[in-house]
Amino acid sequence: MDFTLSKKHEMARALFREFAEKEVKPLAQEVDETEEFPRATVEKMAKAGFLGIPVPKEYGGQGCDILTYAMCVEELSKVCGTTGVIVSAHTSLCCDPILTYGTEEQKQKYLPDLASGKRLGAFGLTEPGAGTDAQGQQTKAVLDGDEWVLNGSKIFITNGKEAEVYVVFAVTGKIEKKPGRFIKEISAFIVEKGTPGFTFGTKEKKMGIRGSSTYELIFTDCRIPKENLLGKLGQGFKIAMHTLDGGRIGIAAQALGIGEGALERTIAYTKERKQFGKSIAAQQNTQFQLADMATKAQAAQLLVYKAACKKDQYQQDHKTAYGVEAAMAKLYAAEMAMEVTTKAVQLHGGYGYTREYDVERMMRDAKITEIYEGTSEVQRMVISADLLK
Amino acid sequence: MKIVVCIKQVPDTKGGVKFNPDGTLDRGAMLTIMNPDDKAGLEAALRLKDQYGAEVTVITMGLPKAEDVLREAMAMGADKGILVTDRVLGGADTWATSQTLAGAIRNLEYDLIITGRQAIDGDTAQVGPQISEHLDIPVISYAQDIKVEGNSVIVQRQYDDRYHVIKAQMPCLVTALAELNEPRYMTPGGIFDACAAEITVWGRANLVDVEDSNLGLKGSPTQIAKASDKVRKGAGEVVNVDAAEAVDYIIGKLKDKHVI
Repeated sequence: MDFTLSKKHEMARALFREFAEKEVKPLAQEVDETEEFPRATVEKMAKAGFLGIPVPKEYGGQGCDILTYAMCVEELSKVCGTTGVIVSAHTSLCCDPILTYGTEEQKQKYLPDLASGKRLGAFGLTEPGAGTDAQGQQTKAVLDGDEWVLNGSKIFITNGKEAEVYVVFAVTGKIEKKPGRFIKEISAFIVEKGTPGFTFGTKEKKMGIRGSSTYELIFTDCRIPKENLLGKLGQGFKIAMHTLDGGRIGIAAQALGIGEGALERTIAYTKERKQFGKSIAAQQNTQFQLADMATKAQAAQLLVYKAACKKDQYQQDHKTAYGVEAAMAKLYAAEMAMEVTTKAVQLHGGYGYTREYDVERMMRDAKITEIYEGTSEVQRMVISADLLK
Repeated sequence: MKIVVCIKQVPDTKGGVKFNPDGTLDRGAMLTIMNPDDKAGLEAALRLKDQYGAEVTVITMGLPKAEDVLREAMAMGADKGILVTDRVLGGADTWATSQTLAGAIRNLEYDLIITGRQAIDGDTAQVGPQISEHLDIPVISYAQDIKVEGNSVIVQRQYDDRYHVIKAQMPCLVTALAELNEPRYMTPGGIFDACAAEITVWGRANLVDVEDSNLGLKGSPTQIAKASDKVRKGAGEVVNVDAAEAVDYIIGKLKDKHVI
């Protein structure tokens, strides 16, 4: 086993870090304060190829692996959690299901624009009554001639109003699981912005990742072509679960980056800050806290990279399972991010509680990583289900 | 169009300069970057490639690890990379370096050669113009803008307070300023391709029409006797007084130090 990154991964990390420092970091506080989507940064990322990292070249992507993509989200999130999740939701939740389940025509039609960043992608699964319980879906799709007619709404959708291509889930019928016991048949669809009957509801006012465009999607007799069914009829639940397995690697990388970013700032701050005639880094309490923070961040990184490498293996052989590794990576990285950012604020003292310092924002940004794309409780369900099967 | 861009791997002076006991740069202890003027030259070449279509070859002379800077250039969009490396080329000054690069470039077809104005570790601004002399082609230095029109290049040559617009027939050599443009980032896919690509490695035997007496330390008419880091200035002193009082104050200080 060799923990050394290859030359290409080292170069890619250096690229992401340079971009994050130069283009993203200077705007991070402003994006948080104004809650404005960083459109100009997204355009720069598109130009640099960051929006199609694991998409094959034949579909206009960069043809790189999942590890490289995870490192991109990690480095961006070290300076701005909002920017990290824009890339993660676009890549894992929109490009990936189209790449995995799309027909050749759908891939040709949507992936080049998504991978080049010309159009941003989003994913609509969550509803007011269907969060962790995906079976609680109310949005319906009914086939009418050559068109599907969608009715219902989706909430908390990342990249909500900024995206142009959406992977949306809806109930298309019911399946008799056991005699007399029915479950909902869920299917996935590709919906484009601008389709009549597809509108946006309210923008969420969030605790963190405040520049991320989080909206409600509303479908009112929204007619989409029959060929926009993604995968097979009734395959929606499988597509959603597969997509979220991959998405968790992206969010785990986001959490990892937020934790690492907070640690970097805390190391610098504790060396500068003087109390009782010496830097607080000279105090043993600080040293022990930093040691714990760094150890947990490193452990999270190993879990995230392992999950990413497992998904890379899956991309090659279409057999390797990575769902449990992804759940462990997300669970651990998210809880690490929350703990490390909380300690970072504590070590910054009163200054850390002000919005002048990045760690205040990072602590707010960290919280969502324990909630979206499967709460920490869901990750524990996934992991334990595998242990006890 | 075929464009050759000469690039150099230089120490990243942002991380501080480190010296060997003999006064030479301790390159191994310093992080390296692509020389900023060279990077602007490469970006100019890549823009010409985007606009008109061109094959861009990057060439560097240096230690085997200078291969990294070639891969970086290829990850930005250069098509080929050539590393000129050989023990006998070590210790070269600008004369020997330009002889070496010219000897290597004689193997290539080219319409335009672009070099940076100067490298941040030497600051001589001599290598580019010397290469053009060896190859007997025109040179336009200090380019702040480069355009191609038919068989010619049209370059804005920068001066302190003005610029000249100079047109020259290709083949021609242009030296680029860092302020010429904002170089693009590498792309992730470009990095993967660049790391999988073959780098051409040339040694002394591949240099065309160059005498041994013009190569390496022995072929270098200039030798560095001593190099040192900049003397760090103190924080200075701020006094809030009116102009007349300030003159007296400064004169007093200069007298104290026996300057006047």
